[in-house]
Amino acid sequence: MRILRSFRELFQYPSAVIGLIIILVLVVVSIITIFAIPYDEAIRLWRGGEDVWYNSPKTASPKYVNWFRSSKLPETLTLSTADGDVEKIYEPRETTTKIVIPYVFDFKYDIFPDELALFFDSRFNEKLPHVNITWYTPDGREIRVASFAAEPKLSYRVSQDEKLIRRLKGQLPQIGLFADPNSDPEDPVPLKGIYEMQVEVTIFEEGDDVDAEFVMFGKVAGWAGTDHRRRDLSIAMLWGTPIALAFGLLAAVGTTITTMIIAAFGVWYGGWVDELIQRITEVNLILPVLPILIMVGTFYSKSLWLMLGVIILLSIFGGGIKTYRAIFLQVKASPYIEAARAYGAGNARIIFSYLIPRIIPLLLPQFVILVPSFVFLEAALAFLGLGDPMLPTWGKVINEANANGALHVGHYYWVLQPSILLMLTGLAFAMLGYSLDRVFNPRLRGL
Amino acid sequence: MSNTAIQMDDAPVEEEEAKSASGTFARVARYTVVRLVMLFFTVVVGIYLTILVANMGGYVDNIRRGEIRSQISMQVYMSQDPEMKQLPSEEKAQIVDELVALEEKRIGLDQPFIIRSFAFLKNALTLNLGHAEHMFSDSGSKTVRLILLERLPATLAMWGLANLILFFLALFVALFLSRRYGSVLDKAIIALAPTGAAPGWFYGLFLILIFASVLGVLPFGGMVDAPPPDNPILYALSLLKHLILPVVAILLSSLFLSAYNWRTFFLIYSSEDYVEMAKAKGLSDRDIERRYVLRPTLPTIITSFALLLITLWTGAIILETTFNWPGLGRALYQAIGLYDTPVIVGSQVIYAYLLALTVFSLDFVYALVDPRVRVGERGAS
Repeated sequence: MRILRSFRELFQYPSAVIGLIIILVLVVVSIITIFAIPYDEAIRLWRGGEDVWYNSPKTASPKYVNWFRSSKLPETLTLSTADGDVEKIYEPRETTTKIVIPYVFDFKYDIFPDELALFFDSRFNEKLPHVNITWYTPDGREIRVASFAAEPKLSYRVSQDEKLIRRLKGQLPQIGLFADPNSDPEDPVPLKGIYEMQVEVTIFEEGDDVDAEFVMFGKVAGWAGTDHRRRDLSIAMLWGTPIALAFGLLAAVGTTITTMIIAAFGVWYGGWVDELIQRITEVNLILPVLPILIMVGTFYSKSLWLMLGVIILLSIFGGGIKTYRAIFLQVKASPYIEAARAYGAGNARIIFSYLIPRIIPLLLPQFVILVPSFVFLEAALAFLGLGDPMLPTWGKVINEANANGALHVGHYYWVLQPSILLMLTGLAFAMLGYSLDRVFNPRLRGL
Repeated sequence: MSNTAIQMDDAPVEEEEAKSASGTFARVARYTVVRLVMLFFTVVVGIYLTILVANMGGYVDNIRRGEIRSQISMQVYMSQDPEMKQLPSEEKAQIVDELVALEEKRIGLDQPFIIRSFAFLKNALTLNLGHAEHMFSDSGSKTVRLILLERLPATLAMWGLANLILFFLALFVALFLSRRYGSVLDKAIIALAPTGAAPGWFYGLFLILIFASVLGVLPFGGMVDAPPPDNPILYALSLLKHLILPVVAILLSSLFLSAYNWRTFFLIYSSEDYVEMAKAKGLSDRDIERRYVLRPTLPTIITSFALLLITLWTGAIILETTFNWPGLGRALYQAIGLYDTPVIVGSQVIYAYLLALTVFSLDFVYALVDPRVRVGERGAS
């Protein structure tokens, strides 16, 4: 009943309600993430290189950026014959067969795309299929792009074709192919409308076939953008949530509970046990936590869970012991403990059933306030380059963004998104924690 | 305050007035000796643990052995000396082994780590900090003392300045708020207190984004412009310009929380009966604040300040990394990256001594500022 009343009181603080709502949203996002992108899949995607992310642009901004811009950035377009986005048209000739692949798309953006590429997957017996590519603009111009023999696995990067650049009078293909012929060649403007990239493949043998994927790399991709390794950052944003929550909560639980139990034992047994615990606490005070964590990360392993273990180990005898000790000393002197002793309760029973439950209301706010400090500690370690190499965490994204000069180049989304998520998490727990403190801490009542 | 490292022995035990001066002296002397021995023991254990960690229980020695071997192998096998070139490979291998053994003996790696660790401990405790393995000071010296001393001004300029501003500003704001408890400003500070959840380096990132990337009015990091101006006035101005963002970052992350904590702390003391009594007597707010609120809270304020001074020695590893600031924290981080144990241990041993000295002297300071406290008297516990 008392607890219930306390919680009702808690809801009168708007900051507590806001904090709780944010935490709830984060928890829901975590649960959805874990089920939507299973752990192994997340790791595969996050650790994946060109093979996974070949059709995603480099350092593209998030899609929502376009909502705030008058000149729209192009989105990434992927058209694949294997996935059925485009129909292949077979035109049999005498001895050969011509396959026509018309990649038709509507270009309605104000900025040129980042890159153009074609990825071929050709199956043949002996003779390589021959490819001929033509580009049709909305105003009816026809530009010869390239012709070559298709190797089994061929990536044709239109944007890097030197011959095509020469044919376009020195303009890069992603600009030259889209530029409005009436615009100033020094400051070209893209022409909007229906474009067609027509790929003609000639196959020479029975049973040969070719599949091809056309990718127009845009300047925006996904809801979180992409990084320098073309990875979709939404994976890191989503998976960062359960990791941050798990790390913060486990570290907070691990440190507060162990410290509390040790303080209770010290106070209850007193004498040399108490003295020893106090001495160990003083030694522990000298040990530098962050440098030790950095050393563990540098010398041993960067595993997040190892770091968690070290943090808990270092804070078992942390400064909290002094605070808990002072409270336990008061509780120990209270009559109900004496009564328990009189009816013959054992040491363990008194410690776990009578001493510890008494300070849980005081502990709860401390615990909630502690969570953000561990969430940020993980981010700090990642920021120093000691993040877990396997896991996609917010701190790692900030670290990679910083290492690749995101702030210098202007890729603000790369730093801002994880930072805002970290900030939200930290604020939510802090707001809830301080409100809890004011409800549960009798000394703060009404202050 | 949460970071109070030492609990004061507040024991307002009524003692007989007749206690003689010699008794007091004996009590203080005994207390001093016991406390010093205990603190020294604490420092010894703490430093030994730091040495073990910094060497990763001898693991760093293996790294160093590997480095020596690869370096000497390179010298022997890549040697341009014609005599050396003609030697058969077995003899070369033998030469490498001999040279490695010699070099290991020179550094002392031929002894087991456990023995060496005690030698390290003795050197550390006698403040014989020795030479760095890899790091150099800007003047080219390998002496750990010089490397650390060279970084001290940079840390003091940024971390020291910021923390001093933070400390006194927070106290000032807190006193102001405790007088105007319940005002709009008070409510604003309470609402802003949770911003303290994020550390300074984190706000630093935002500040760099806004003022360096987007607006381009302040530098991304560093301590002075490159090249440093020769004119001392210009140098100071350049330093100031580089100081703004890190100092503001620290203030943003801690000011509101710190002011909130102090305010609550002062309010708890302001609700004591004797303060009510003083109010009833009609004393002015200023007098009440000075005599009845600040006086009993002075030990806590002093403790906080003393601990703040010690943390200046460790610098701020991550903040200094964010702002590329050449301070002690960054030196420590570099030392760890280079497995430079002498620098790590050197930095830590000074911290340990500073902490022990502060803890020791605080007991006496308490007795000076708080008449209820007497040195060497244990409380009821």
